[in-house]
Amino acid sequence: MSRLQEISLDTVHVRKKKKNKDTWVIIGFIAPAFIIYGVYVIYSIFMTFYYSTFDWTGIDANMVFVGLDNYIQLFQDDVFWTSIQNNFLLVIASLLTQLPVGLIMALLLFSPIKGMRLFRSVYFMPFLMSTVAIGILFIFIYEGNYGLLNAILEGIGLESLQTAWIGKESTAIWAVIATVCWQFAPFYMILFRATMVGIPEELYEAADIDGASGWQRFKSITLPLLKPIIITSAILSVIGSLKYFDLIYVMTGGGPNNSTELMATYMYKQTFTNFNMGYGSSISFSMFIIAFIVTVFILLGDRSTRGNG
Amino acid sequence: MLKAIKGIPLYLLALFLFIVTGLPFLIMFLTSFKGQMEFMTSPWSFPESFSLDNYKLLAELQFFGYFANSLVVSVVSVIIVILIAAMASYPLARLKFRLNRPIFILFMVGMMIPIHTTLVPIFILTNKMGLYDSLFGLIGPYIAFALPISIVIFTQFMRDIPKELEESAKMDGCSHLRLFWSIIFPLLTPAVATVAIYNFIHIWNEFIFALVLTNSTQNATLPIGLREFYGEFSVNIPGIMAALTLGSLPLLLVYFIAQEKIVTGLAAGSVKG
Repeated sequence: MSRLQEISLDTVHVRKKKKNKDTWVIIGFIAPAFIIYGVYVIYSIFMTFYYSTFDWTGIDANMVFVGLDNYIQLFQDDVFWTSIQNNFLLVIASLLTQLPVGLIMALLLFSPIKGMRLFRSVYFMPFLMSTVAIGILFIFIYEGNYGLLNAILEGIGLESLQTAWIGKESTAIWAVIATVCWQFAPFYMILFRATMVGIPEELYEAADIDGASGWQRFKSITLPLLKPIIITSAILSVIGSLKYFDLIYVMTGGGPNNSTELMATYMYKQTFTNFNMGYGSSISFSMFIIAFIVTVFILLGDRSTRGNG
Repeated sequence: MLKAIKGIPLYLLALFLFIVTGLPFLIMFLTSFKGQMEFMTSPWSFPESFSLDNYKLLAELQFFGYFANSLVVSVVSVIIVILIAAMASYPLARLKFRLNRPIFILFMVGMMIPIHTTLVPIFILTNKMGLYDSLFGLIGPYIAFALPISIVIFTQFMRDIPKELEESAKMDGCSHLRLFWSIIFPLLTPAVATVAIYNFIHIWNEFIFALVLTNSTQNATLPIGLREFYGEFSVNIPGIMAALTLGSLPLLLVYFIAQEKIVTGLAAGSVKG
């Protein structure tokens, strides 16, 4: 063996040793997070599917394997279809209310209005409140007899519109959607505002020289530069709406007569109220599949628009 | 930015949104000082006096127990999340290895997973571990679901730290652990603030795990406590409003003290995520 070969073998050896050492470092650093995440999230998803193939109350040990029967039953379950429909209604309503309202709020924060600091502070407050607190608060706002909304309607002479907002099937879902918007619009306001702060002032100055109107400035400078954050917000809003639970559970519990039922509230009801853990698991696994498919579609759509633009 | 659109309609719009966002808070706050009789006769008027009776009632009813539980769970979870998420992000951001990308994506996917999909297995697992109805039982899931966004934020942030820093340290024979702990971690302060704020808000207000994994009043967190008050008080609406006010107060106070930090921190986390 020549001396040269010996040296190169040596360096290979050293490199290998170093690589080995790095492997242990990598494992050591990632392991704590990976184990907790693996047990509570990854393992749980597989187990949810496993449980969904049983007829099982969750209390006694008696688990009867039923294959995909729970899913067959689910496809014939009207309440489940209602809940999917409501979830997608919530998705569309969230996109059409939260994002535009958030955008308007963010734009207002940049206009030369006196007291803007106070406005901004208050605009953001709903996002900090716990959903349970918001739910309880809005129960009293929508209340049929003395509720704030009805009191205001009376004050401005629209008594004819007064109703028990969350007690009636026709209005309940809209009342809840409005509340969800109230809670989340401030969050998107913050995201939009953070991006607007980064738009260089020179762009607007140049537009001013060209004599652009306010709307033109918005359309040809602000909006295009906001596009990436609007897409991010849309993804957050869609996924958030598909797994929504808290507010509905607190305000209506899915009622009246399942008119505000969502997949998550129905899953909770089946699992922890009716003790159909197997059936409930088939609902929650379906939620996962739906969220997964929608995410993939959004990401693919996002990629293709980026490719063209 | 909107200089061209003239002032008055704009101001009216701003004022309208101000009222819509602010009025529920004002009503909640003012109602909390009323007596039940006063509320019945004039539910939406200004209170006759600022009586603290409702708050005294809350103090007698274990309210501060819920408060303490929420504080413990939130603080412990956030600290652990910061530590282990920052650690996991270190190799993901700064070392090359074959599974780097797949592991990062696996963590990232966690952001779209509905909590409900994991609810039954976590419920059963928590029971088996003997952690049902304890604060410890909540910390595990809270950490697990806070990891994805935290790791994404930390990894993005660490990628921007110049490589030269650690190369010189490596020359001196510095181990990865020391490198991480004494060079990288101290540089993460802005990212740590973002991660802490983002997760604290979410864990402080978390509802579904607390609902499923705890049972006794003694181990309930604030959102569960609020719901219990709502059930028990039913007719004492000013009492409920006092509970809501007190429950919302901590985050609102912190917000008014460190507004700029919280707002930019939240935005930074989500924009990058």
